[in-house]
Amino acid sequence: MAEPPAQGCALVTGASRGIGAAIARALAGDGWPVGVNYRAGREAAEAVVAEIEAAGGRAVAVEGDVADHSTPDGLFQAVEAHFGCPVLALVNNAGITDDDLTPTLTDQAWDAVIETDLNAAFRLMRRALKPMMRARFGRIVNVSSVVGLRANPGQANYAAAKAGLIALTRTAAVEVARRGITVNAVAPGWIDTDMTAGVSTELLSQVPARRAGTPHEVAACVRFLASAEASYVTGAVLSVDGGLAA
Amino acid sequence: MSVTTEQVETRVVETLASFGPDQSQITRDATFEELDIDSLDLVELAQVVEDEYGVVLKGEDMKELKTVGDAIDLIVARAG
Repeated sequence: MAEPPAQGCALVTGASRGIGAAIARALAGDGWPVGVNYRAGREAAEAVVAEIEAAGGRAVAVEGDVADHSTPDGLFQAVEAHFGCPVLALVNNAGITDDDLTPTLTDQAWDAVIETDLNAAFRLMRRALKPMMRARFGRIVNVSSVVGLRANPGQANYAAAKAGLIALTRTAAVEVARRGITVNAVAPGWIDTDMTAGVSTELLSQVPARRAGTPHEVAACVRFLASAEASYVTGAVLSVDGGLAA
Repeated sequence: MSVTTEQVETRVVETLASFGPDQSQITRDATFEELDIDSLDLVELAQVVEDEYGVVLKGEDMKELKTVGDAIDLIVARAG
């Protein structure tokens, strides 16, 4: 097991499955003690923790709906108390979709997606940054989407949230850069997960690589951005999309 | 919690010095502008103050502060 890049731990939201679970495993492989956040998938989150521990890493499952305003404090306190160190790597991965065409998109669908995919990430970043400033080290990686860069009909709410997340990433990055904190985003394209399971595969013909990506391919990029080696990369958006946004 | 002005002054000066200026320059009358202490530094100072004295300084509080003495007096008043 590698040495962690800092005397801190990592928190990955929405980490019980898919891209989040892959990111949790990848960070643990780099030596980070990892908080595996889940909303409803306790068994799946505990399975991720067991897998990490079986590989010699450290992890803990932490419940919390990121859309709840009180969740950031509870999550951070739980992870920090368990590992006895501050959260110095935050991956905002939790996200939802509620698709419809703009003329018929409901307020409820708009608000729910903006709340979970954008507002929650802001609140978690705000909670994370002060301890990172004190530590003169921090890594924040926001999981955006190709949809934040390139239109996809039926996803106005998701696109607005993911584009907003990119703007939030860039702004926070320049605010805290001289404290040794980096803030970056990854923008996955079509990745094989539960979220894309019901979507027509005809869209794959638009992907230059002519295949879907894997959660592992996204996690590898997050792992790099969270590493000590990525210390001069900040405010960046790394597309992981087989060329879809190129 | 009761803290003395001297205790707060010592902690504030230590914290500000960690941001770059020479400790000898950090007097009560020195302005943050003169010391090249910016808004991000003041956010971190507020975090130190909250951790140590339980005094919550919000963004609008910090915007009003011009000198080191302003900060010390505000913290002492709130902590008292």
